[in-house]
Amino acid sequence: MSESLENRGFIARSMTWINERFPWTPTMEKHASKYYAPKNFNVWYVFGVLAFVVLIIQLVTGLFLTMNYVPTAEGAFGSIEYAMHEVDLGWLIRYAHSTGASAFFVVIYLHMFRGFAYGSYRKPRELIWLIGMGIYLVLMAEGFFGYLLPWGNMSYWGAQVIVSLVGAVPIVGADLAEWVRGDFVLSGITLNRFFALHVFALPGVLVVLVFVHMVALHHVGSNNPDGIEIKEKKDEKGVPLDGIPFHPYYTVHDFFAVMVFLILFCAVMFFAPEMFGYFIEKPNFEIANPIATPDHIAPVWYYTPFYAMLRAVTFPLFGLDAKFWGLVVMAGAILIPVALPWLDKSPVKSIRYKGRISKFMLGMLVISFIVLGYLGTIPPSGFGTATAQIATLVYFSYFLLMPWYTQREKTKPVPERVTGGH
Amino acid sequence: MDETNSSPVTRRYLLIATSAVTTVGAAGAAVPFARSWSPSEKAKALGAPIEVDIKKLKPGEILKPAPEWRGRGIVVVYRTPEAIARLEAENRRLADPMSKRSVQPNYAKNSTRSIRPEIGVYLSQCTHLGCVPKYYGEAKPEQFDTSWKGGFFCPCHGSKFDLAGRVEKNLPAPTNLEVPVHQYENDTILHVGIDTEKFDE
Repeated sequence: MSESLENRGFIARSMTWINERFPWTPTMEKHASKYYAPKNFNVWYVFGVLAFVVLIIQLVTGLFLTMNYVPTAEGAFGSIEYAMHEVDLGWLIRYAHSTGASAFFVVIYLHMFRGFAYGSYRKPRELIWLIGMGIYLVLMAEGFFGYLLPWGNMSYWGAQVIVSLVGAVPIVGADLAEWVRGDFVLSGITLNRFFALHVFALPGVLVVLVFVHMVALHHVGSNNPDGIEIKEKKDEKGVPLDGIPFHPYYTVHDFFAVMVFLILFCAVMFFAPEMFGYFIEKPNFEIANPIATPDHIAPVWYYTPFYAMLRAVTFPLFGLDAKFWGLVVMAGAILIPVALPWLDKSPVKSIRYKGRISKFMLGMLVISFIVLGYLGTIPPSGFGTATAQIATLVYFSYFLLMPWYTQREKTKPVPERVTGGH
Repeated sequence: MDETNSSPVTRRYLLIATSAVTTVGAAGAAVPFARSWSPSEKAKALGAPIEVDIKKLKPGEILKPAPEWRGRGIVVVYRTPEAIARLEAENRRLADPMSKRSVQPNYAKNSTRSIRPEIGVYLSQCTHLGCVPKYYGEAKPEQFDTSWKGGFFCPCHGSKFDLAGRVEKNLPAPTNLEVPVHQYENDTILHVGIDTEKFDE
């Protein structure tokens, strides 16, 4: 043993030395070079990797932002201005972080849509889906806490609106809102704790959840556009016939996707970091003013579909006021995808083989989500409210009617082996 | 060790007992963290009462700049006799005309929701989600309401309040604008944040 070791190169000997103490090579094999991914992945399968890239961007730029940021009501706004104007390339780091926040939601929404379309939440991937929903919720909290930190006027009033929502909880609401704020109003005290949550607590949770998401994924294996389990057809060595080692095939694919993504990312970051008020809203270039509400408060685009649903509830019910039901509808809309693995009763996973109703409902879901997203950005109006109410019903019917229409419709036969690919 | 002394049942009880005690301990350990989030002594001190001078306030106007109490704006409105008459008349558009579900001290639980009919003191914070309603004092058609009778309009979600801070029906805000505890020292000096009923004694 030791003799043959002497004859090998330095790197090979080093690897042996490491592998006797840490499972480096087996880990790499399990997760990359011998991780068999379905060979028919399409472009929808790049968004998980892109989300991971954005996570890294956010962690790195966020770290450097904290080096100039002052988490107080007096100092916050000025410290961002300082970072933007006086720190060398500080504006680049700040815009990378703010663009990253929106980019995160772009890729996550597309990643989730992929799951909706190809039934990636179905057995045996229910836990991957639930962990993913956990990531999504933490991400929404991250975005919310982070948006307060520049202490602009939209930061302030956006947070005011959302914290007040807590006040809509019957009986304990007012005390709960006060507890969250740590003050009678949203103040520097609130800012300080949101800062701690944004830069310390939630990123930690996020990283752990992302790790667990990938461990679960690599345990059961990836789904694919056909929704066929490739593990059911294996060769004599136990390798799935429709599988292909993740590395080098998909690493190269993904690398290309990352390059395309970074080009788009840089285009936004350099030329339109505010994205015409959708990524950073105009009133946020003024310091927070607790006694002057901006004329129109709208959240950042990634929350607007849910915000529109909140506003769509304008009537009291069962003796509880509209504000409370708005909160319930909004929370319900965010959380209802959690139930997807148990709502979908279709004999097939992928939208390719599902029936017409499923295709129609998925299309309607996307349309309602976009319509609600738009309505959430504009000031309230009678017509807007009525449209939002209809769109809210459409959104919920995708989920709540799913057990019915996925069983009733006629599905297409699923092929034995995956279609397309290499 | 004698196997009979550690039956599965005993083990299960020990496991349950250990889990229970650990849970109680963890909950206890969470108390200091949870309590550290309550308003601090400094925050409470900053919530002290304020004095407001209304000498310069004219009929049909609101006091500017808006006084601030506990970080929230206070709107002090001087109503004209016509406006008072309108407030006292029956109005079917209101969600809570008698302020039964709304928050105000007892001395402001009347049709003008004030101590003096001409002076109204309200928190300028929409009861929906805390935005600042804007003052549109005149009874004339407005962009958001062609039959506007004067009052406050919330630009965030469109809630409308009359000049006594009473909300109209079927709008997002559930209740009337809150009336803070307040009292008059004399005709022109007003204190916000002290309970009148105690002050009278």
